[in-house]
Amino acid sequence: MRTLAGIALFGLVMLPLPALLASQVWLNFLVMTLFFALLGIAWNVVGGYGGQFSFGHAAFFGTGAYCAAVLQAQLGLAAWLGFALAPVAGGAVAGVVGFLSFRYGLRGSYFALVTLAFAEVLRILANSAGFTGGGSGLLIKLAPGAANLQFADRSGFYYLVLALVIAGLLLSLWIERSRFGSYLVAVRENEDAARALGVDAFAIKLRAIVLSGAIAGVAGAVYAQMFLYVDPGLAFGPTMSVEALLVPIVGGMGTVFGPVLGSLALHLLSEAGRSVLGQAPGLNLALYGVLLVIMVLFLPDGLVGLLRRVRRRFLRGRADA
Amino acid sequence: MLEARGVSKSFGGLKAVVGVNMEVPAGSIRAVVGPNGAGKTTLFALISGFLTPDSGRIRFVGDDITGQKPERICARGLVRTFQITQPFAGLTVRENVAVGAHLRHESRASALRHAQAIAARVGLGDRLDQPADQLTVAARKRLELARALATDPKLLLLDEVMAGLNPTEVQEIVAIVRRIRDDLGVTVLLIEHVMQAVMSLAEHVLVLNQGTAIAEGTPAAIAADPRVVEAYLGHGAASRMTGAGDA
Repeated sequence: MRTLAGIALFGLVMLPLPALLASQVWLNFLVMTLFFALLGIAWNVVGGYGGQFSFGHAAFFGTGAYCAAVLQAQLGLAAWLGFALAPVAGGAVAGVVGFLSFRYGLRGSYFALVTLAFAEVLRILANSAGFTGGGSGLLIKLAPGAANLQFADRSGFYYLVLALVIAGLLLSLWIERSRFGSYLVAVRENEDAARALGVDAFAIKLRAIVLSGAIAGVAGAVYAQMFLYVDPGLAFGPTMSVEALLVPIVGGMGTVFGPVLGSLALHLLSEAGRSVLGQAPGLNLALYGVLLVIMVLFLPDGLVGLLRRVRRRFLRGRADA
Repeated sequence: MLEARGVSKSFGGLKAVVGVNMEVPAGSIRAVVGPNGAGKTTLFALISGFLTPDSGRIRFVGDDITGQKPERICARGLVRTFQITQPFAGLTVRENVAVGAHLRHESRASALRHAQAIAARVGLGDRLDQPADQLTVAARKRLELARALATDPKLLLLDEVMAGLNPTEVQEIVAIVRRIRDDLGVTVLLIEHVMQAVMSLAEHVLVLNQGTAIAEGTPAAIAADPRVVEAYLGHGAASRMTGAGDA
């Protein structure tokens, strides 16, 4: 109940923000924060709840992005169709990756390497295939209008991504309260023990990665609509894979609000870094690297874990007084 | 209920289980004993589907389950516990047991309710919200038992649930296991080193040594069997002991 109330509160706070924010810069910041929260929510399903650390979520993200772009730019189909098919495409690619790696029992770093390899293979394929526009990428024709899922005003995207993030939060909450989620967490904690209790670990992991890939596919379609441009490096490059996993790791893996908190913290940090240290190329990645080490060493349960500990101490302090 | 015929398994050159025949009738409590490395845990892994036998057949309630996956076998009503306890460390006791309960309870609320009832039955009722990794050894053993029991099994395979417990704790678990059979009608097959428990619980004992079944019968008959004494104490031990008794 408390988490549900939290999601409702989050929606109520976020909803009026575009009207209150005078600056487009801050609105843009919020749109990108929400966008990466969505990508983090996707990773969190299979990585956070399921403990399967994917290093290649760009494979699913990029598939969604290309799905939206190819259907519009090459086939001239409606934007909403690309948007609707992006999760199907992302989920399908995730299904193939998941089937192959889980079928052969890949765990831990082996699974991470295979997902990384799949993303790279897709990047190279997108670079060489004709229908993806090769290395020069695809441009989606500028035609603002809600029917084309293009918004002249940034706030249009804001509401779109906010709605998707709230849907993602509700989905995460459902995972926590369902048999599927209970089994997924059990597989993460101890796969053999879970199987002994009747959990079909293979099927559960496969469902988790397909769900995760579908959400990442939606995030890809959002990205394509926002920038109206997709190229192999943007779609399948390691940047998206790293963002997808860093956001929930910083925020708190296997928690509903982890990805949102993580995305906010990461992008505040990267903005701060940019204004303090200037626009040095690769600076963000260096900052992320340092942050990742700090998180793993000192806060393995992320910001959500930190908040929980602080609250517990606070409650105990009050009880003592 | 459970019937194994000529079950064998080797790992490379090591013959872990050799042609074991065994039967567990419905409603019974039976035990498998034997020195370390006798193949007891391997036998359990073969029955529960974690390993596939090289030869032999295993039948459960009339169906051949040889080589089926553990999750399928568990769904049929045959569940095992682990000798080295395998709690879902990050979860509470209630959540741990609920994973087992979900097998027959789709909804979260109903699984949690069932988990609570099962936890109370094994004496974990007051630790429901404790994280599993903070439990004592004795409590972990109970958790292992509770999780398996929550799947509503027909046959429960208990792999050394009493190892490492003090005599009082052993007595408590013995009472719990007996009630599981008496109240719930669950058939029990246990591997146990704690002879006090085997003697008071089991109606029938199978002795394994170096992968082979060397004797079976009532606990009293087994304890007196010279082959069993030799398996534990070494060749010639039985005759030396009787010799010492005569002198």
